[in-house]
Amino acid sequence: MPNLEHPAYPAADLLHLESLVPCRESQVSMLLSIFGERQQFSFPSIFIYGHTSSGKTYVMQTLLTTLQLPHVFVNCVEYFTSRLLLEEILIQVQSCSSDTEQTSPVHCDTLNDFVRLFKQALASRELQDQTLYIVLDRAEQLREMEANILPAFLRLQELTDRNVTVVLLSEIVWELFRPNVGCFEPFTMYFPDYSIGHLQKILSQNHPPEYSADFYAAYINILLGVFYMVCRDLKELRHLAALNFAKYCEPVVRGEANERDTRKLWKNIEPHLKKAMQTVYLREISSSQWERLQHDGGEPGQLKGLSAHTHVELPYYSKFLLIAAYLASYNPVRTDKRFFLKHHGKIRKTNFMKKHEKTSNHLLGPKPFPLDRLLAILYSIVDNRVAPTANIFSQITSLVTLQLLSMVGQNDQLDGPRYKCTVSLDFIRAIAR
Amino acid sequence: QQIQEDLNKQLLDNLLSFLSRSHSEFQEKTTGWTCRMKFREIPTAALVLGVNVTDHDLTFRGLSDVLQDNITPYVALLEAKDCPGIKNLMQKLMGQLMNCDIDVDSLEDEDYVQVSQNRIRCSMSSLISWYESVTKKTDSETPSKKRNSSSRHWQSPPVVVIFKDMESFTTKVLQDFIVISSQHIHELPLVLIFGIATSPMIIHRLLPHSVSSLLCIELFQSLSCKEHLSTIIDKLILTSQFPFKLGQKVLQVLINIFLYHDFSVQNFIKGFQLCIVEHFYSQPLSVLCCQLVDIKKRVCSLSHDQCENIRRLPSFRRYVEKQESGKQIELLTNDSFLKEETEKLLEDLHVYHENYVSILRCLHVFTSSLPKYPLGKQIRELHCACLENRVWETEEYESSLQLARMLNKTDLVTMLQQCVEILMSSSGKGFDKTVEKLKEFLTLFQNLEAEASQERDVSVSSQKEFQKKTDLYHLQKTLLELKESRKSKKLTKFEMLRFEVVDYIDSLVRKYLVPADERTLQEIMYFNAATVLRGHLNAAPRTALHTALNNPHWYLKNQALKCDGGGISNKAPDICIVYKLHLECGRLINLVDWLEAFSTVVMAAEEPNADAASSDQVDDIIHARFIRAVSELELLGFIKPSKQKTDHVARLTWGGC
Repeated sequence: MPNLEHPAYPAADLLHLESLVPCRESQVSMLLSIFGERQQFSFPSIFIYGHTSSGKTYVMQTLLTTLQLPHVFVNCVEYFTSRLLLEEILIQVQSCSSDTEQTSPVHCDTLNDFVRLFKQALASRELQDQTLYIVLDRAEQLREMEANILPAFLRLQELTDRNVTVVLLSEIVWELFRPNVGCFEPFTMYFPDYSIGHLQKILSQNHPPEYSADFYAAYINILLGVFYMVCRDLKELRHLAALNFAKYCEPVVRGEANERDTRKLWKNIEPHLKKAMQTVYLREISSSQWERLQHDGGEPGQLKGLSAHTHVELPYYSKFLLIAAYLASYNPVRTDKRFFLKHHGKIRKTNFMKKHEKTSNHLLGPKPFPLDRLLAILYSIVDNRVAPTANIFSQITSLVTLQLLSMVGQNDQLDGPRYKCTVSLDFIRAIAR
Repeated sequence: QQIQEDLNKQLLDNLLSFLSRSHSEFQEKTTGWTCRMKFREIPTAALVLGVNVTDHDLTFRGLSDVLQDNITPYVALLEAKDCPGIKNLMQKLMGQLMNCDIDVDSLEDEDYVQVSQNRIRCSMSSLISWYESVTKKTDSETPSKKRNSSSRHWQSPPVVVIFKDMESFTTKVLQDFIVISSQHIHELPLVLIFGIATSPMIIHRLLPHSVSSLLCIELFQSLSCKEHLSTIIDKLILTSQFPFKLGQKVLQVLINIFLYHDFSVQNFIKGFQLCIVEHFYSQPLSVLCCQLVDIKKRVCSLSHDQCENIRRLPSFRRYVEKQESGKQIELLTNDSFLKEETEKLLEDLHVYHENYVSILRCLHVFTSSLPKYPLGKQIRELHCACLENRVWETEEYESSLQLARMLNKTDLVTMLQQCVEILMSSSGKGFDKTVEKLKEFLTLFQNLEAEASQERDVSVSSQKEFQKKTDLYHLQKTLLELKESRKSKKLTKFEMLRFEVVDYIDSLVRKYLVPADERTLQEIMYFNAATVLRGHLNAAPRTALHTALNNPHWYLKNQALKCDGGGISNKAPDICIVYKLHLECGRLINLVDWLEAFSTVVMAAEEPNADAASSDQVDDIIHARFIRAVSELELLGFIKPSKQKTDHVARLTWGGC
């Protein structure tokens, strides 16, 4: 395990940093060596990628704050337009420079303004000799902004002629970013997923103070044994650990087992965790409901999950409309005559063929159909006569707003609108009953 | 008309009470939620509301009002159509929140200026700073002025964001919003409410797991709209408080629209209101449709014409015919005598209503628990059946009585108790005797129980037999057996008593549940023009267009246009001729052929011996008329230009009118 060593920073800070970022030592030391000393110019832009919750954001944040490097941290999802993004960066830069001047609201519409204002902001600062780090979290959003934003950020050092480093954090690889116009290639760096050992170590680190670390580590071990197969997301695991720990401790609190008695505790917790996997993990029931459930010690059967309420009540004609739409979407046009006319010819013979067609149609997905066809099928499947009243038509549009049907193609309502049925066979079956 | 206003108010009250009932539980939850912010989850309520979209608006408005009154001043209602992008969503959200803040402390003007400045930058950080400033201000203010409304809310009230129609939001907007707000949940206590029309599965469909794991969703099911309807009916129609009544057909139309079309309670109420307006507008005697106390005054002030109107009512004529001749003449000639008589009759009608409702409920108690529900499960079905004709003459009633004769004792006793309760609570006067009688039955049953312990072996066996065979499958057989047993062996005491009870109920029904059609002067209170209502509520635009174009005389009131059979008259407007010709064509219509046909029809009226020049060269004027008619049809959406063939147009409509 390489210890963090860097001549520029005090050893105590580094040690503290190391304790804060377990299992990421190699990456941190790599970053440190890139950053160099405070006043040294660093690489203009660094691109860090890795899977969800592999500690990118956390590592960057702790690194910059513990070493007290001047930095700006911005989430690109939150500042969804380029203007908001640039203004936010400027505001943070100004607040970095602290006491000197009152931060005034900035207006920055284009990148040109940004570079100018950025220079101004840096010029007025006392930290001119230090590298400023701009961290852009969830950088994949940058691709959806104006075309010049991403290349400009990559070359910000060059453009502003200041000591600045842009760090991009993303979940996708650099190849998907690269704009077609020639741009500066950032230094790319990969954060690998945590292994099970890493997870174990990280999770057991923040144990509750009233229990010993060993006890908590044993608990984490059990938890990982159950959940590691389905979930490797550190955040999720931490959430689950916090939720179920109270249950785990129960025998200890009641005095039936001591902290060493892992086997007994395992017996107690295992079915419980399995239940949790079916419900909480999928967010079928919320965590607060789960906690209440634990508290009451009741059966989870009484609390129905989200997916239990699949039944939808529909008005009489809406049901038929939906069924007609489904038929129109999944049956080819040429079979209409055979299915819906009274005097069809040979239906027995084609029975086998029909089945074959149906499966393939289901694989192909729904096809669009015109309104007239829908109505024609509706008239043939409803027993009594249906008047084409305004109510029927308005029901079609209300089905569209409910996302049970969807409109396809052009927006002109008069030009024979075409629809698509978006519900599944199971849903139709439930309705047709 | 003031009655109508009363009704409106009552309806709104009903709805609001519903809302508060269904959401009171919810509010408790909200208070609990804010305590647990330790995770990065946004507390979320998923409100499943059913598919009656038209009602949702009112529900949400009620909900936000309730929330604003009780929990937090910061409530924002978001609609999908306002928020195509995350930017619009934020703008809308900020606007609503800051406006509602202004409502709370509307005194400070400089605050308003500040808000309008803030509006320029719509981001979460400015929202947070706004929130901090607002909460700080209320904190400092509350001690000074206690009467302020904010003292009712607690220190850091949550910001509630309601998404009205979850289904229509685009996935990306929602995802982004949730991700953003989850990052700031510590600084800004957000509570989300999703309004869901279909099923909660939509959440999983819209949001990927990484996003939905940021939410802490709890599900709330609102009242099913069918239940909602039955309570509305219960409160509005099945009471004697409102003199206005719906006839059987009208009620049926309204309920059908509700069940078949939209499930919208809102529309039901609107239809009901329409009925009221229509009734008061079309029926000259509807002045008499008022509360019992006002009747006397109004009857006295009737003019001679109105008296004549009363005499013309069919139900009144029937009544007159039944009287002896001297009284008949009095009724038909003497106005003041007529007024007295009318007053009496109207009072009778009121009494009848009171009795009707309570007996109807009693009968419902009996029939609703029978297997197969011969008279319907809901009280509204029973009500319709009773209004339609004499209920005791129908087959269903016969079968239900027969089934009732086979009820077991415990059921029967509980039903009788329920009936007694209903009758006791009702305001009708003539029920004292009935209640006594029913109570007598109850005591008899209790006595029987004591006796039964002695002669158990007799009654138990027979009773068991009946209990077993109450399902419909065995009905026929049991009936036959019953008939035989009636002849062969003496009935047990219990059975005797049971027959007595059922017969008594039967007599009650015959006495009180007379259909309203047979009552005198029912026209004053009952609105029965179902066809009018159907025409108003169940509009058929396509059929109307079709008739307008096919038989123009229907609307134009011009006798010359009335044509016989399938022929196309040339006197009709151009568009009608073009329309009729187009009905004969296939999917693609050749414009040249169409024009030729058109000109033949038009020219037919003028001299058939048209000269050769105009026969092959179509007249310019006719050409112009044709083009105008065709473009009018295009405007109406019957045809559209087609790209498949030159000089052709495509038809857009087919039959089905």
